[in-house]
Amino acid sequence: MYVGGLEKNRLPLPPPELASLSPSLLRAAARMNRLVVRRTLYSNHHPLKCSWKRGFCSGGEAAAAAASSASSGQLNLEDRTFAGDDQPYDLAIVGGGMVGMALACSLATKPLTKHLKVAIIDSNPTLANKLSIKREDPPDPRVSTVTPATISYFQDAGAWQYVQQHRHAFFDKMQVWDYTGLGYTTYDARDVNKDVLGCVVENRVLHSSLLSRIEDTDVQKTIYPSRLASMIRYPSSSVKADDNTWEASYMKAGLVKLEMSDGSSLCTKLVVGADGAKSQVRNLAGFKTTGWNYSQNAIICTVEHSVANHTAWQRFLPDGPIALLPIGDNFSNIVWTMSPKQASDLTVMNEDEFVKAVNQAMDNGYGPHPKSNFSNGSNKFSFLGGNLTMSTNESFEVPPKVVKLASKRAAFPLSLMHANDYVAKRIVLIGDAAHAVHPLAGQGVNLGFGDAFTLSRIIGEGVAVGTDIGEVSLLRKYEAERKPANIAMMAVLDGFQKIYSVDFGPLNVLRAAAFHAANYISPLKRGIISYASGEQRLPIFP
Amino acid sequence: MAAKLLSRLRQLDTRLISPQHQRPFFRNARLFSGQQIPSSDSHPSLPPTPTPTPTPLPPPTAGSAGEKRQRTSSLKDHELAKFAAISDTWWDSEGPFKPLHAMNPTRLAFIRSTLCRHFSKDPNVPKPFEGLEIVDVGCGGGILSEPLARLGATVTGVDAVEKNIKIAHLHADLDPTTSTIDYVCTTAEKLVEEGRQFDAVMSLEVIEHVADPAEFCKSLAALTRPGGAVVISTINRSIRAYAAAIVAAEYILHWLPRGTHQWSSFLTPEELVMILKRSSIDVEEMAGFVLNPLTGKWLLSDDVSVNFIAFATKKAEG
Ligand SMILES: Cc1cc2nc3c(=O)[nH]c(=O)nc-3n(C[C@H](O)[C@H](O)[C@H](O)COP(=O)(O)OP(=O)(O)OC[C@H]3O[C@@H](n4cnc5c(N)ncnc54)[C@H](O)[C@@H]3O)c2cc1C
Ligand SMILES: C[S@@+](CC[C@H](N)C(=O)[O-])C[C@H]1O[C@@H](n2cnc3c(N)ncnc32)[C@H](O)[C@@H]1O
Repeated sequence: MYVGGLEKNRLPLPPPELASLSPSLLRAAARMNRLVVRRTLYSNHHPLKCSWKRGFCSGGEAAAAAASSASSGQLNLEDRTFAGDDQPYDLAIVGGGMVGMALACSLATKPLTKHLKVAIIDSNPTLANKLSIKREDPPDPRVSTVTPATISYFQDAGAWQYVQQHRHAFFDKMQVWDYTGLGYTTYDARDVNKDVLGCVVENRVLHSSLLSRIEDTDVQKTIYPSRLASMIRYPSSSVKADDNTWEASYMKAGLVKLEMSDGSSLCTKLVVGADGAKSQVRNLAGFKTTGWNYSQNAIICTVEHSVANHTAWQRFLPDGPIALLPIGDNFSNIVWTMSPKQASDLTVMNEDEFVKAVNQAMDNGYGPHPKSNFSNGSNKFSFLGGNLTMSTNESFEVPPKVVKLASKRAAFPLSLMHANDYVAKRIVLIGDAAHAVHPLAGQGVNLGFGDAFTLSRIIGEGVAVGTDIGEVSLLRKYEAERKPANIAMMAVLDGFQKIYSVDFGPLNVLRAAAFHAANYISPLKRGIISYASGEQRLPIFP
Repeated sequence: MAAKLLSRLRQLDTRLISPQHQRPFFRNARLFSGQQIPSSDSHPSLPPTPTPTPTPLPPPTAGSAGEKRQRTSSLKDHELAKFAAISDTWWDSEGPFKPLHAMNPTRLAFIRSTLCRHFSKDPNVPKPFEGLEIVDVGCGGGILSEPLARLGATVTGVDAVEKNIKIAHLHADLDPTTSTIDYVCTTAEKLVEEGRQFDAVMSLEVIEHVADPAEFCKSLAALTRPGGAVVISTINRSIRAYAAAIVAAEYILHWLPRGTHQWSSFLTPEELVMILKRSSIDVEEMAGFVLNPLTGKWLLSDDVSVNFIAFATKKAEG
């Protein structure tokens, strides 16, 4: 891969001091840098005997040429010369975040897709100069709870071994309770015959592990250290849909040209939009979205305990839930949802007061601890026909005290967004570009990983039967698999949000009853856990 | 079921079919299937078949054994005109050729697995057909030729319709991998005359459109190197195929322009096996395509009653 090539050839990206130079100089440096490495790549990997229409992808004149030959009714078939730089990419991944890199990694490690010519477009400097994360560095507050399903995807792609070299925290227990003191529930991995419910890993660890795995392979990847600015798709608006001349069919089957903000451009058979919730690919493709903001913010930060934490905790407070996730050593991560006003107050208050507020929120602030199990608890819900599970008898626990704030506090607005379409001819969205969920259940990136690994598999299936991987019929298979899974999860999360963001007053007893029900009715609970742990089964509840 | 069918066929002696039966054989559904054929009278809007075809039969091939018979072309002019009329839409996956596009991954899965096994190629690589020369007879717009090229084969695509070849050429040029396909406007017979031979000969969804299937198969056989392979797919001449292909595809769903198919020129799997055998080509594997109406996906199955695909081989020399 290009990054690997970089390291091998000692051709680093422009160093940070270049940042003070003029943008055009920078652009030139970036271009040179890319070209040099691409040339080495070509001589290594390209026999280059293939003929290809020069100019098709190398600038605006290509479209103009195509258009003019279309109008003259003749395309010069003889005009086929060798032009290495014009060779289109098989895939261009716009956005080298966790999800984009998961796709690149999965493609690079599978026999049927590792030959694909892939470009990655992202100005994030860690793509070219991988972060070296030291064990003793304090944990980054941006973490993800990865589900067993995600873990097995990573293992399958050979990237999990790198995660294991860094800080990560498995947890096998989850306790969820309510500030009214009326209900609590405990989820245990044993309920679903699993060893773990999930693992909390810093985002940068997931990202660099995927990069490390890609570097292990000798596959060909080119990084464009820039941002996508525009996308030209054929048919351009000048070709009418009902125009059935062969000139038009040429245009209709055409590739996509991407133009970057540094002036570089490329041509590709498939554009993958992995560029996050504000996806430029999605906008340029004209995909509509459905979504809404919750007038709520989430504060995230890292905290330290005096002992290690091995459980994921979540407590519902009048203004939203607070979650305390173990991230290894004596650290935990906090995701605390509240009104925007409260969020800004809590982000500026001094550290000691904040720690006090967190301890209150996780312990007996707002209301009492839930009582231990009712002796008649199991009878109460027996009409719903559940069996008892082990954890039903586990008693309520108080989470470990926070002793110190270990990172900056950051506040994010909560919102839900879903793209109405994930695919069009030669375009596909994955990760947050297709769906962004609030961080409440820590599912966001898991859905994205599900997208990435599914798309990789389906591209492999297409390659196996010689399909053009930009064909919409192939991409629809991906959409058909992922859309229902993502929508189901979003509905669950939205439901959670709706139920728990409002203080029902006296009706809180219903919510508490729901907790009890969840705690006692094991098939139901198994459903919830298996869904939360990434097995695609829709819980009938909450 | 397909396996049973094959073994039953192997027991059949080709001598059963005496020369004078050869012609009517393809016109007579009852020979193998005794099915009731619905009368088209009550459905004036339905296609005029399945009563015997009104098209004139090709001249009898009754030439004496020693005499060098004049090669009858397998072309059927009115069939070709139909394809020329809609050739602009080859690559519109929602257009008239939608069924071919939809079936493509399924039939390529069949071709991939049979050819990899036959030619001892590793199926776990992106280009398992590297080193194989394949001809796609009746390639149309190249719906099959392009994937074959992506799988590494050296592909020659031939079609009798000039316009199809033009479209195929233009489309393949969009991708460096497929721009290597050699598209020629010619017929199987002419390739035979030129003495061309290939490791594998494909002719999918063509034989039902040719004038003389037996003669056509002879040409396909001649194009195959000893030890090589032939893959043919077509529509069965069964009542279900009649309903599915003609009534549904042409009349109800309007996938295909009316008259694209002529029921009487369909072959049954048994007939296909027989005529290939007479050209010294042995059918080794056969599968049916079934459409799941809910998912719109085609699956390989052993139900050969509507669409079927056959993999056959030519004996190695010596
Ligand atoms: C506060 C907060 C907490 C969260 N907590 C969790 C959690 O606990 N668990 C969980 O699973 N998920 C969590 N999420 C969600 C999770 O972070 C996202 O789902 C995940 O990061 C999505 O990854 P992605 O690769 O799709 O997009 P991103 O991570 O957004 O990456 C997008 C990439 O695209 C690049 N890019 C953007 N525009 C362009 C352009 N025009 N050209 C080129 N490149 C471009 C960016 O540089 C970036 O590298 C949380 C999110 C937030 C906001
Ligand atoms: C239904 S299309 C099949 C196209 C292609 N084989 C596929 O499956 O995608 C039939 C094609 O066969 C061609 N054809 C029909 N009779 C032919 C013949 N005798 N020789 C060569 N091509 C023929 C037609 O022009 C048409 O393109």
